[in-house]
Amino acid sequence: MQLSVWTYEGPPHVGAMRVATAMEGIHYLLHSPQGDTYADLLFTMIERRGKRPPVTYTTFQARDLGKDTSQLFQTAARDTLDRFAPDAMLVGASCTAELIQDDPAGLIENMGLPIPVIPLELPSYQRKEHWGAAETFYQIVRKLSDKDRRASDKAARRPLANLLGPTALGFRHRDDIAEITGLLNKMGIDINVTAPLGSSAADIARLGEADFNIVLYPETGDLAADYLKREFGQPAVRTVPIGVGATQDFIREVAKIADVDPVPMLKEGLSRLSWWSRSIDSNYLTGKRVFIFGDGTHAVAAARVASEELGFKVVGLGCYNREYAREVRAAAKLYDAEPLITDDHLAVEKAIEDAQVELVLGTQMERHIAKRFGIGCAVISSPVHVQDFPARYSPHMGFEGANVIFDEWVHPLVMGLEEHLLTMFRDDFEFNDHAGASHLGPGHAAPGQEDTAKDETTAAPANDTETVWSDDAQRELKKIPFFVRGKAKRNTETFAAEQGVSTIELATLYEAKAHYAR
Amino acid sequence: MNAQLPIAASNGSDCAPVLKERGQREVFCGLTGIIWLHRKMQDAFFLVVGSRTCAHLLQSAAGVMIFAEPRFATAIMEERDLAGLADANEELDRIVDQLLARRPEIKSLFLVGSCPSEVIKLDLAKAAQRLGAKHAPEVRILNYSGSGIETTFTEGEDACLASLVPEMPALTDDDVANLIIVGSLPDIVEDQFMRLFAELGIGNVASLPERAVSDLPGIGPNTRFLLAQPFLGDTAQALKERGAQRLDALFPFGVEGTTAWLQAAATEYGIDETHFAETLRPYQARAEKAMAHQRARLAGKSIFFMPDSQLEIPLARFLSRELGMVLTEVGTPYLHRSHMDRELALLPADVQISEGQDVDLQLDRVRSAQPDLTVCGLGLANPLESEGLSTKWAIELVFSPIHGFDQAGDLAELFARPLRRRDVLRV
Ligand code: SF4
Ligand code: SF4
Repeated sequence: MQLSVWTYEGPPHVGAMRVATAMEGIHYLLHSPQGDTYADLLFTMIERRGKRPPVTYTTFQARDLGKDTSQLFQTAARDTLDRFAPDAMLVGASCTAELIQDDPAGLIENMGLPIPVIPLELPSYQRKEHWGAAETFYQIVRKLSDKDRRASDKAARRPLANLLGPTALGFRHRDDIAEITGLLNKMGIDINVTAPLGSSAADIARLGEADFNIVLYPETGDLAADYLKREFGQPAVRTVPIGVGATQDFIREVAKIADVDPVPMLKEGLSRLSWWSRSIDSNYLTGKRVFIFGDGTHAVAAARVASEELGFKVVGLGCYNREYAREVRAAAKLYDAEPLITDDHLAVEKAIEDAQVELVLGTQMERHIAKRFGIGCAVISSPVHVQDFPARYSPHMGFEGANVIFDEWVHPLVMGLEEHLLTMFRDDFEFNDHAGASHLGPGHAAPGQEDTAKDETTAAPANDTETVWSDDAQRELKKIPFFVRGKAKRNTETFAAEQGVSTIELATLYEAKAHYAR
Repeated sequence: MNAQLPIAASNGSDCAPVLKERGQREVFCGLTGIIWLHRKMQDAFFLVVGSRTCAHLLQSAAGVMIFAEPRFATAIMEERDLAGLADANEELDRIVDQLLARRPEIKSLFLVGSCPSEVIKLDLAKAAQRLGAKHAPEVRILNYSGSGIETTFTEGEDACLASLVPEMPALTDDDVANLIIVGSLPDIVEDQFMRLFAELGIGNVASLPERAVSDLPGIGPNTRFLLAQPFLGDTAQALKERGAQRLDALFPFGVEGTTAWLQAAATEYGIDETHFAETLRPYQARAEKAMAHQRARLAGKSIFFMPDSQLEIPLARFLSRELGMVLTEVGTPYLHRSHMDRELALLPADVQISEGQDVDLQLDRVRSAQPDLTVCGLGLANPLESEGLSTKWAIELVFSPIHGFDQAGDLAELFARPLRRRDVLRV
């Protein structure tokens, strides 16, 4: 058993729902109790979908157990067919149905339904949401792809690619797809099929006609891409185009596979991020300490952008999906950051607190953690909440994605100019301690007004050593702008403790400042 | 699914025949109650023994994760627990130890059963006994089931409160009479009711649950209780078995319901009728005033209740009698006949009541009725809105203060808001 408060991933059948809901004409028959229907609201509320997910829950109850749960399942299958007339049906069990062992696969096979049926085996007690999505997509591709349809003669047409991995409830998938499709078209490459998002059974059937695959979301698309490589010999592009550098690498990799010239696109497609980051106002971004956590792919991509393109210092890098632990560890090594592979949000919270960062890039969990600590935060990965499905166009991939990233990551930080003014006018009434951090938005009261914010101005030491602050030092501490005061206080106390100083004098404060100067 | 319906139950005495349906449901399971119960009982922790699905449900239903470390969690069962590699009981003990060490302020711990724990027949009652002995007297360990195979949404609260009944201190014949308000109410509403009882001259009133599990009221032959919520069948039964008597009344929604509910207590305790009427008059007037402008907006509008919380019938009574709404269909997940008698008698004779659900068939009825307002779960609201139907999220009725005189206007407003919004928007 594992003690869990908030989870990063749902059960694997929710992953299957993300695939089914993304597609057209596919229905998912899920053997499950009534409460499992909660999953619908993820799609209708968080993603604001105007349609119910195409899922029928068999809704068995305690009194059905041991007698007619399998009959219930078959009745539901027949009703689903009559009512929704899907082109293909997915069938599977949720965690409870897995235990009663009704064997949905066998039951459905006996019924001899007139449409393709894809039984899903998603072990609920071992696997999680992303894996469930990947496995479901793979099974769909395996079953529905037409093995006779192959790429046509290359000489007569432009190169053709499949875009694999986008699902319902994905972080910015809608806009990433639009951005990357546009980029590829400009390079002279056509899209054969984008899947699962927006695809139908007929689209899946013609996957084999593409020259190659592009795996935009490895977490959900990798298994299918491996299969397509085996079955159709289609190579896969696996560079994820997040950030300027990665997008350029992506263009080169695609160009090589598609045999087109990358140079025009590389020349034309410069993102504004490059200049924005070089412009003088961005100087203050240098060395900002950032903590990154998310799904493995987005976390690794974010680390590269943060480090190479914004000049941040990546101090922590982690993911919640163990399947990508290797990639995350390797990247952490690259940036000399502490890797963290865990799905325990309390461990992440602890790591963020210890890392003393100025910016957190994470999921909605990290947003909450950051909010409690009063640290700026931007979201880079699922799981996400309703405001991470913006009305406006906001991809994270491609060159426009890089622009979006610059805005979204830099805005939570105090602007360079603003920081400069704050230092000049720190005793001015508008910049006093209770004015609150404007960059955190109107919802964020000044520290002290929010019960979760700690009052950093008190003389009580943050750690449990005996250190006390002299009046002088404490007065000086109060002059430090509030948004860095907490860190100054902690640093000074740590420094004092290390030096065996029991009373922090004015000098200690400045010695500590010198000690920690970067 | 279709095969089983419709079965018309004949009980023409109190209302039209009830349409009983059995098919796919679109409702939460009883675990969801933890979201409001843990806010109410401030010394209690709720540990669900279940699967990743259960944990995900709690987090999704909670919607807003503002609590740093909430007083609930899930012990997620894993492959090794099921394969018998790890004794599930030993694992549970380990988790509970870990939890109590981390959260020393916890005074009561509810072990909450789920579908998976029930299907594998993990005996949480025994576990609670075993762990209770180990952690007494610091922590009291209780258990109930919020599983989706046995409980629908608010029935989780019923199961939780029923599990508290055996813990209530016993009172005897010689003890002074007490009155218990049963059902978890927002503190502000509970306080209003307590002030009203005091003004009426009814003393010795307690609540189940109290704000701390450690303050459970006593129970004995002189105990009377009023149900504040319509979904507490098992709790009422358990209280009766310990000698308490239920005061039958309408549920305290709107002026009529709240008056009748208080009247039941006043009659029981022989409160002077004039005093009763005079005490209530200003409250009633205030409530009427608050409801007045919503009435203009709601009167004559039709409303369709999808089954959700068992609050549907009393709320339908309130909306039809005090605000003039037209009831298209009133669905309830479960119809507790004896608790609902008085409510049903006040509904229009021809109203369609349905019990249970087959969501697709019910949506067909919604579409053909085209009601002005549909009360439904979060999974259905946006899809119906996108078809041009206005909706009210049922869950808001469970989370918001809606009982009593001073909330009658707010309650009406909850239904009026979607209609007003529809009128305002020009996009
Ligand atoms: S219906 Fe059962 S398995 Fe599903 S969340 Fe509720 S208790 Fe857990
Ligand atoms: S505060 Fe934001 S992330 Fe958190 S639950 Fe609300 S919408 Fe979601």
